[in-house]
Amino acid sequence: MSSIITADALTKEVSTGSDRLVILDHVSFAISAGESVAVVGASGSGKTTLLGLLAGLDTPTRGRVMLAGRDLGAMDEDGRARLRREAVGFVFQSFQLLPALTALENVMLPLELGGVAAARETAAALLGRVGLAARLRHYPRQLSGGEQQRVAIARAFAGPPQVLFADEPTGNLDAATGCEIVDLMFELNRDRHTTLVLVTHDEALSRRCARRLRLSAGRLEADERGAPVRLAAVAP
Amino acid sequence: MGAGLGPAGVLRLALRLLGRDFRAGELRLMALSLVLAVASFTTVAFFADRVRQALSREASQLLGADLVVVSDRPIEALLAEEASRLGLSRTATTRFPSMISGAQESLLTEIKAVGEGYPLRGRLRIAGPDGVPRPMVGAPAPGEAWVDERAFTRLGLRFGGPVNVGDRALKVAARVVDDPDTSIGFLNVMPRLMLNAADLPATGLIQTGSRVIYRLMVSGSREAVDAFRAFAAPRAGPGQRVEDVRDARPEIRSALERAERFLGLASLLSVILAAVAVALAARRYLQRHLDACAVMRCLGASRAQTVWIHALQLAVLGLAAGLAGCGAGFAAQWGLSALLAPVVQVSLPPPSVAPALQGIAAGFVLLLGFALPPLAALGRVPTLRVLRRDLGPPRGTAWLGHAAGLAAVVALILWHTRDLKLAAWVLGGLAMAAVVSAAVALGLVRAAASVGREAGFAWRFGLANLSRRALGSVVQVVALGAGLLALILMSITRADLLDSWQRSLPPEAPNRFLVNIQPDQRQALAEFFAAEGRPAPQLFPMVRGRLAAINDQPVNASSFGDERARRLVDREFNLSWAQRPQLDNVIVAGQWWSRQPPAPLQFSVEQGIADTLGLKLGDRLRYDVAGTPLEGAITSLRKVQWDSFRVNFFVVAPPGTLDDYPVSWVTSFHLPAGEAALMDRLVKRFPNLLVVDVAAVLAQVQTMMDQVIRAVEYVFLFSVAAGLLVLFAAIQSTHDERVREAAILRTLGGDSRQLRQAQAAEFVAVGALSGLLAAVGATALGWVLAERVLNVPYTLDPWVWAVGLVAGGAGVLAAGLLGTRQVVRASPMETLRRA
Repeated sequence: MSSIITADALTKEVSTGSDRLVILDHVSFAISAGESVAVVGASGSGKTTLLGLLAGLDTPTRGRVMLAGRDLGAMDEDGRARLRREAVGFVFQSFQLLPALTALENVMLPLELGGVAAARETAAALLGRVGLAARLRHYPRQLSGGEQQRVAIARAFAGPPQVLFADEPTGNLDAATGCEIVDLMFELNRDRHTTLVLVTHDEALSRRCARRLRLSAGRLEADERGAPVRLAAVAP
Repeated sequence: MGAGLGPAGVLRLALRLLGRDFRAGELRLMALSLVLAVASFTTVAFFADRVRQALSREASQLLGADLVVVSDRPIEALLAEEASRLGLSRTATTRFPSMISGAQESLLTEIKAVGEGYPLRGRLRIAGPDGVPRPMVGAPAPGEAWVDERAFTRLGLRFGGPVNVGDRALKVAARVVDDPDTSIGFLNVMPRLMLNAADLPATGLIQTGSRVIYRLMVSGSREAVDAFRAFAAPRAGPGQRVEDVRDARPEIRSALERAERFLGLASLLSVILAAVAVALAARRYLQRHLDACAVMRCLGASRAQTVWIHALQLAVLGLAAGLAGCGAGFAAQWGLSALLAPVVQVSLPPPSVAPALQGIAAGFVLLLGFALPPLAALGRVPTLRVLRRDLGPPRGTAWLGHAAGLAAVVALILWHTRDLKLAAWVLGGLAMAAVVSAAVALGLVRAAASVGREAGFAWRFGLANLSRRALGSVVQVVALGAGLLALILMSITRADLLDSWQRSLPPEAPNRFLVNIQPDQRQALAEFFAAEGRPAPQLFPMVRGRLAAINDQPVNASSFGDERARRLVDREFNLSWAQRPQLDNVIVAGQWWSRQPPAPLQFSVEQGIADTLGLKLGDRLRYDVAGTPLEGAITSLRKVQWDSFRVNFFVVAPPGTLDDYPVSWVTSFHLPAGEAALMDRLVKRFPNLLVVDVAAVLAQVQTMMDQVIRAVEYVFLFSVAAGLLVLFAAIQSTHDERVREAAILRTLGGDSRQLRQAQAAEFVAVGALSGLLAAVGATALGWVLAERVLNVPYTLDPWVWAVGLVAGGAGVLAAGLLGTRQVVRASPMETLRRA
């Protein structure tokens, strides 16, 4: 299977006055299309930084990222934004819905940014798919945490994306709701043959992915592969 | 903190923190708002201070003497004799309006006949053919005249050439450069000519009905002047007053006070808008400093220290911004002075330091009212916030901030108006305008958002943001709308109203008044018009009398509180007689007299003057006509259409009742354009007649008004700037939110162009809604002024709407994009970092 994401000697440093702090240190790997990969590690290990670099939200100090066959380093911010629009979906820990827009409008947003004609219909259908057909005109503040994350998932799949990046998607949810959300996300991921890159510190959640990249102090410590395990089976 | 931070330590820490906050840009907007408020305040204050100084510095110069007796009839010889007896120097002037003519044209001019020794104080300067001004004491030689620049140019006079004044031809001997009496004045429109008092009788200009001002001027030792004042003041009858340097030119002082009050209120709008910006900036400062304060408290700073640190920061900021504002105001007042120079007509001394101190004080009032209450809340931040970020300052104290802000606004309005009643009106008006415009703005914001739902991404996103931050949006729309409204009213609406009014006048409306026609000239005048092939205009009789008593109660100026009533009673009324009311008069109360009016004498009084003087049907009025009493009762009240420009009178009596009194005649007629030469022939034939060119007078008043309005517009520019500051403050207060949203949009694939479009949609909407609000306000006020004040039909001007929408939209778009240029550059990593 061809690689949809390739990280080549990715290094990220930040300067703190006269010192330089290395956040990621020569991280290399490749992810095939349709794979589900969890990035795991302790706090400060560089998980979120890696996710940002892979999705083109940030640029590495050294090294190279290829996403959907494109070299992110050769593109400017607007170019990377267009690539995200075409090929990437996101699910965040804090949902990141726009408070001024209704659920429907939030899901329409990536479609509209991409100039899709039937944005409203597509968005409504996706919200129906995540069980929010009756909540189209509700604002984020009128929705529960679980419902907001469902809207965020619908928005993430609106593209439709080749790669779905999820950053601690259950971090702000209770266990039961988190479980439902993860089921939904994996279900959609499977249906749509999307590549999933999931950042989590939750070992149980990470085991639902076929592959785990384990980071420690900015280095890739392990690249583990194993059959995915359903969350319900390991939940306490 | 060891033994604790002493006062000096608190001050040092406050200064260090202030420097850091300022460098970080946290306080720039608050400082800028204060600078603008103080600049707007001091621009007007510096200018008024300069005029006031000029008035007091040149008081005796303005008076031309130490003390002057002003009278509308010849001054009794008794006073001149007393002045001589006290050893005072004295001279006299006689002033009145009249026509003068050169070789071709004639011109309405103020004539001043002066005696020897003029002026007793101040500087009279004249220039001869060499153009070099030289000081002068005394009158022109008999047979000679000195004319001012305006008369010189308009009549095309030349040195040594003739100028006709009444029946006398005088030789133009000099041009007047400075004359104490005329060196300053608001609305000082007439050209002037000086002649020797000895030439006055030969001109034949002082006749029945002439409006003449006599002045007896004295100077000398303070004791003698005081003694003369004590002698003259009690003897001053109606139409006479005694002026000294303390009350010189009361009309200028009152005009200055009105101008200062009006310009001050105009500047107050920008001060209040700037206060809103200060409040918004202070709120953001509070939100940004909650964590820092919690940490400081956690590290051992007491509540008092926390409050003191912020209060000291504010004090230093207030002082620095106040000084900068004074500097800006000082620079801006030169512009204001230049705009008003033709109206003020005086060389202004440099301003004193008092307005600067007042400006700084006003800045502190704003800070106390609008910034201190939110910042004082920092002292109440719970220390536990270091663990739980959702904990803010205790709620329920917001009213304190609102009350302090309101108190600051009230204090500033009171300070400006120095009048409790006016302050109450201004405050009430402002409050009502704020409530109404906020309601309209809220409606517009909601409507725009609902329309935007159906639009594309950029519009929907921008308008949705507008609606979500409804309160902030309303504040921005109202603040910007107020600034725009002021400018639209001053420019477009004013021009429209003037245009409507001028168009409402019939094209054949009289445009020339002939005043001072003597009874024996009536026939000759009719023949003159006949010879010119024109119909003779209808003449109206005019008898001048002073109102002496109402219902047997003697009245004078001091009997009335109203300024207009005082002026009316102080002057002589023009009484007339008529068999029937004029066509443009409507009887609104009582009845017009029958053909054979029974005794006693009846008066028909114009309704407006009756209201001013508190007169009603049945009241008995006694007039003093050249020393003879004339008494009658009011039997009807009339409404007069004054802008018909036909001759009309405040008080009319039945025919035959005024036959025994000295009478002159007056008329008005329409002189077609291009026939001005007829007037020159008329003045040559009847030199004593006064020709008032209505169009010329209106044009002069219009020019003067334009100059004043440009000055007001200048002051209102501060309001627009303050409106923009409110916009910036509102943008800044939502900066973090905007950055977060921009980061989300970027993460979802939005590029810079799409981000800018969404921002642009929001700002265009804010600007267009402000413009719309301003246009609605200008249209409503224009309608009220047209229909209720000017009585002309109001025509909707599409320019008001076009300019409002386009100027508002484009202006706010530019300012908004400038204010959010950082937001577009937001890194999409923010979406991950701020999880």
